[in-house]
Formats: sequence, C-alpha cells, structure tokens
Amino acid sequence: MTANDSETMGAASSRDEILLAYVTRLGDNALILGQRMIELVAAYPELEEELANANFALDYIGQARMFYAYAAELEGGGRGEDDFAFLRPEHEFRNFLLIEQPSGDFGDAIVKLVLFDAFYLLLLEALRVCADTRLAEIAARAEKEIRYHLRHNSMWLLRLGDGTEESHSRVQASVEALWQFTGELFAADAVDETFRERLRGPDVETLRVGWRRRVAEILEQATLVMPEDGWMASGGKMGRHSEHFGYLLAEMQYLQRAYPGAKW
Amino acid sequence: MVAVTREQVMRWLGEVADPEIPVLSITDLGIVRDVDVGDDVTVALTPTYSGCPATEAIEHSVVEALRERGVERVNIRRVLSPAWTTDWITPQAREKLRAYGIAPPEQGAGKRALLYGTRTIACPRCGSTDTEVVSEFGSTACKAAYRCSECLEPFEYFKCI
Repeated sequence: MTANDSETMGAASSRDEILLAYVTRLGDNALILGQRMIELVAAYPELEEELANANFALDYIGQARMFYAYAAELEGGGRGEDDFAFLRPEHEFRNFLLIEQPSGDFGDAIVKLVLFDAFYLLLLEALRVCADTRLAEIAARAEKEIRYHLRHNSMWLLRLGDGTEESHSRVQASVEALWQFTGELFAADAVDETFRERLRGPDVETLRVGWRRRVAEILEQATLVMPEDGWMASGGKMGRHSEHFGYLLAEMQYLQRAYPGAKW
Repeated sequence: MVAVTREQVMRWLGEVADPEIPVLSITDLGIVRDVDVGDDVTVALTPTYSGCPATEAIEHSVVEALRERGVERVNIRRVLSPAWTTDWITPQAREKLRAYGIAPPEQGAGKRALLYGTRTIACPRCGSTDTEVVSEFGSTACKAAYRCSECLEPFEYFKCI
C-alpha cells in the first residue's frame, strides 16, 4: 500500500490507509498551489502584494510539510516529507486540476485563490472536528491562515471586479475560464466517502452549498457574474493531470532528480 | 548530564530571542508550550504560522542555548494544538513590543478581528489613534506597516491572528 492506490480504495482499507490517501491529497493541493504562487515571486504589480503573495505561498508550503510529514509517518516506510514532494511522479500527485492551472496574470491568480480558498476554508473548518486528532490539529492551525488569505484576496477581487472596465472584463474572463475546474472540488470518490464514514470527515455536498453561497456573495460584491455550471473538468484527484503539470513538476523537482539526495 | 529543573530550563528559554523580533524571547511570544526534564530535556514548541521561516532557526537556538548550559540531550517536540494566536503573547511582552516601536496586536484574536473588522491601532510612539495602514505586509509576514498621522512617524503593527 502506498499513497497512490486511492482509486481502488474502499471499505476494505484500514483506517490508516484511508488517512494516508486523504492526507497526501491535502499535501498535494497545498504544495502545488504554493509552487504556482512562487512562480509569481518578483512579478507582482506592486510591492505590498509581492510580499503578501510570497508570504501566503510560504503558508501553503508550511501546510504541505505538515501534511506530508504526517503522511510519511502513516506510511511508515521510511520516506519523509521531501520524498513526497520531490520524488513522486506526476500520476501519484492527487491535487485538483484547478490548482495546477498556469498562474496567468494577477487577476487570474486572485480568482484562482478566491475560488480555492473559499472551498479550502470550509474543508479545514470541517476537518477540525474529524476523528483523527493529528489531522484536526493541522486543520486548526491552517484554518487561521486561510481565513486571512481569503479575506485579503477577496478584497482584491472586489477592487478588480468593481474597478475599471478593463479590470472588470479581464477578471470576469478569469472567472469564466476557471469555472470548469470547480466541479472537481466537490466530486467525492471512494477516499472521501470512506473518510467521511469512518473518520467523521466532511460531506462534500454540505461543502458545495457553503462554497456556492460564499462565492456568490463575493462575486456579487465584486459586480461579477457567477457562470452557469457547464461541463466540468476532472482527473487531478485520480492522478490524471493537465499538460501544464509536467512542466511544473520538472521545475520543482529538478534539483532532487539531477542530484539525488542533495541537502541544503 | 547536568541535573536541571524545569524552572531553570524555562528561565534559560526566556533568554532565547525570537530571530525576527529580537526584543522578545520565545517565552514572551508564548510558543514554548512545555518543558519535560528527564534523562533528556524535551522542549515542546508551537509554530506561529505554518510557513514561518523562523521555525527551524528557533529550534536551533533552543538546542544551542541549552547545550551552552551543559544540557547535552535536547529534544524538540512540535505541537500544533492549541494553535498559536497573538493572544499567547504575554502582557509584559506586549509592553516590550510597544517600547521597541511595534504596536502590539489587538487582544481577542479570532474571527471578528480577522473578518472585515475595523481596528484602531495606537501609535507606539505618541499614543495617537489617528493612524493609517500603509501596507498589510511589512518587514515580516506577521507585521503590517502603519503611519501615524499625528507624529508622522512610520511604525509596524504586529498583526492579530
């Protein structure tokens, strides 16, 4: 059993196996989002946001480390957090497709963060009361950070949406382009179901309702139109990624691939 | 192995400075959660933020500070619960911050303060509450840059989380 077998995971799996798959996914989302944000370091439109982005990215990477360190312990195979980040191939990563989409411009980055953080905050709130103490503790730590991120990034979405004609139309286009990736956030699979049943995990339908309400509020304030739900892209959760992901991994993992075991 | 007491270790840790705000010690900050003195000395620390770049530096300073005093076997245990908030900063430390020129965080961290809360931050130099935020992010992740409209001095505000 490794963190990769989540597709075939069902009721027969042990509690630790379910947890391992679940926690690894959380780590993947946090790490890949952090990596995407790091790509924008030194490219933000103003100094304040430059610092905000880099600091927020650090929070995600810090969270990824907590999730991976826990996953490594659950696996008990001698791997550590770095092995999870730098030595797994593409199909073993289970992050959402939304996370790995290219950063694009400032508006795209803000829209992606608002869409994801609105979901992630609800998820972390729910995980605080799950049956696994360690995961609940990590969630409690992370929740405080994400609440702040969401507040900060929502304010930017307000400024951009309710800003100039140019900023409004561009950020509306970002919302429309990224909307197709939001369905996957609520597509429960065997891991989610088993986690919910056996470890008092969140019910994705409840998350979806809360997310729609929150996102609708923010978009309305920002004078943006919420797109109709159409065809939704999915696959990231099962290890089937978009083309962009390979390039991201190639850059992120380069050092450990070229110089295995290199230490800072 | 030097025989030490828990109180002694706590006192020594009170001299370990936070690398980003050297006027505060790690006990002032409220990140030392427990000290266990047995065959080894185990210090339980909690991170301020998940991505705080100082976490490793702090752990290193703790090990070093205790070694200098003859404690060879030091373990660091990271604890996450209850999660750190700025409310863990001790009252004396809040005064130290103010004297150092950093406006201490508002008390009563939590959802209200974080969510669209309006806040009045007093200038640590002249005490005026006629201040404005210049940047939500200052020299470190945990501080914001402010300016006092009364004495016109810039200052940092330790954000409430």
